[in-house]
Amino acid sequence: MLPLIGILIVIVGFALRLNALLVVTLAGLATGLASGQSLPEVIAAFGKAFVESRYIAIVWLALPVIGLAERSGLKERSREVISHIRAATAGRVLLVYLALRQATSALGLVSLGGHAQMVRPLVAPMAEGAADNTHGAVPEQTRERIKAMAAGADNVGMFFGEDVFVAIGSILLIRGFLEQNGIMVEPLQLARWAIPTAIAAFAIHGARLLLLDRRIAADVQAAARDTEPRA
Amino acid sequence: MIRLEAIYVLMGLLTGGIALVNARDDSNPRRWRNTLFWGVYALLFFAGSYLSDLTNGVLVLVMVGTAAAGLGQGTRETVTAANRVASAQRYRNRLFVPVLVVPLATFLGSLLLKDIVIGGQPLVDPKQVTQIALGVATVLGLLTGLIMLRPPVTAPVVEARRLMDSVGWAAVLPQALAALGAVFAAAGVGKVVSTLATTYLPLGSPVAAVAAYAIGMALFTMIMGNAFAAFPVMTAGIGLPLVVQQYGGDVVVVTAIGMLSGFCGTLMTPMAANFNMVPAALLELRDRYGVIKAQVPTALLLLAVNIVLLSLFAFPAEVPAP
Repeated sequence: MLPLIGILIVIVGFALRLNALLVVTLAGLATGLASGQSLPEVIAAFGKAFVESRYIAIVWLALPVIGLAERSGLKERSREVISHIRAATAGRVLLVYLALRQATSALGLVSLGGHAQMVRPLVAPMAEGAADNTHGAVPEQTRERIKAMAAGADNVGMFFGEDVFVAIGSILLIRGFLEQNGIMVEPLQLARWAIPTAIAAFAIHGARLLLLDRRIAADVQAAARDTEPRA
Repeated sequence: MIRLEAIYVLMGLLTGGIALVNARDDSNPRRWRNTLFWGVYALLFFAGSYLSDLTNGVLVLVMVGTAAAGLGQGTRETVTAANRVASAQRYRNRLFVPVLVVPLATFLGSLLLKDIVIGGQPLVDPKQVTQIALGVATVLGLLTGLIMLRPPVTAPVVEARRLMDSVGWAAVLPQALAALGAVFAAAGVGKVVSTLATTYLPLGSPVAAVAAYAIGMALFTMIMGNAFAAFPVMTAGIGLPLVVQQYGGDVVVVTAIGMLSGFCGTLMTPMAANFNMVPAALLELRDRYGVIKAQVPTALLLLAVNIVLLSLFAFPAEVPAP
């Protein structure tokens, strides 16, 4: 039971909204100590794993080019472009992105999206811009919701698209695990059984994106009512 | 041969540059903390492969301590809003080009780079093609931007600093979580959890067993932050022995949808930092859990769909009632 102390620290730490980096590090140290390692051993193990996973951070190399384009008016241009499409609403913009993200992921093109590469510079500003064009400037709280749903569309599209592709990590992991247990399956069979969930994911999240437009309209009306007496 | 190490040098230059810009920015009251944080991170990129594990660990603790004390953010606007609007009107859709170069070049690079052989040596390390392609693509994107937009030479690092400081310590959270995962694995956390699950969960019927497996995948993924870590544990604990062997479930359907149930968990946990916490920081949301909150309804509905799919399709019609 003692190794579970790390999980306890993580749950309590996140629930109390403590600094997540500190919580995760303390959980790692506590788990190591609880399983009988000395403090220097635990610190070394943590440092080793941290350094070995530096590849996760490579995506940050996109920041200079994105910052440069933002400095030259990328967000302003994204809004301008979307304002010329009269049918564009925040929900529909995100629905189109969800469809593209899921379809390209299903073809194995996972690298075509991403939060730093696509959502921050393009997708979120377009969705916000569409909402502003429909309703005038939307309240800050609504803006937060639109941005959060933009990030969600990227995640849902990728998670439930990539598994339809046969050569993706998760399919290979399932196959490898079953092989170790003496069961041989074909990646194509596994990918086929990812399709029903993929369709459901698109239907559920797509419907929620369309409902987002109603929610935005309601938020804007509520905000207008709040300010009316003072105006 | 281009190895990951070359891309780490680029990362070292970027984070080192961010440390320097912070050191010179007196509009940030905590500039020395930011300088220390990004400076140590730069050191881990330049020298992490050559330092001892213990030294690396101590350096990580220095970063964590600095982050816990609190990082700051410079307040100086780099360019005025009016300038950005004017620039947007001048460049119009050409502004999208440098940004789109990154994903497109990553995609092409991951397809093509692995086949290039120069003097009997592959051009890039075949095991790390995707990551190297991403690193090379960002350089191409930056060069495109520099040629097209002709900004001051310091602009890329100054702008990267602005974005990176708005993300703050969340930028290194995914790496810390990967390290935590390694510690958990070494301490046998997975085994303890699967023992608990099989001991206490109600598994008396096929439907209960598939529900326990799917929900267990989601929950354990939430704890580990990663469906890949949860899958072997839950499948060895519940999926194979109970659903497949005892109740005659179809192994393909069970494992394929089991993994997808884990992905539902990924949508709901701060432990999946690069999908949930990093975007919240990157989009400058005031609620750090804003992305998770936006995803929870989708994740729960989809988990329910997965349980229904498993109940309907995992058991071939002729299976005898248990």
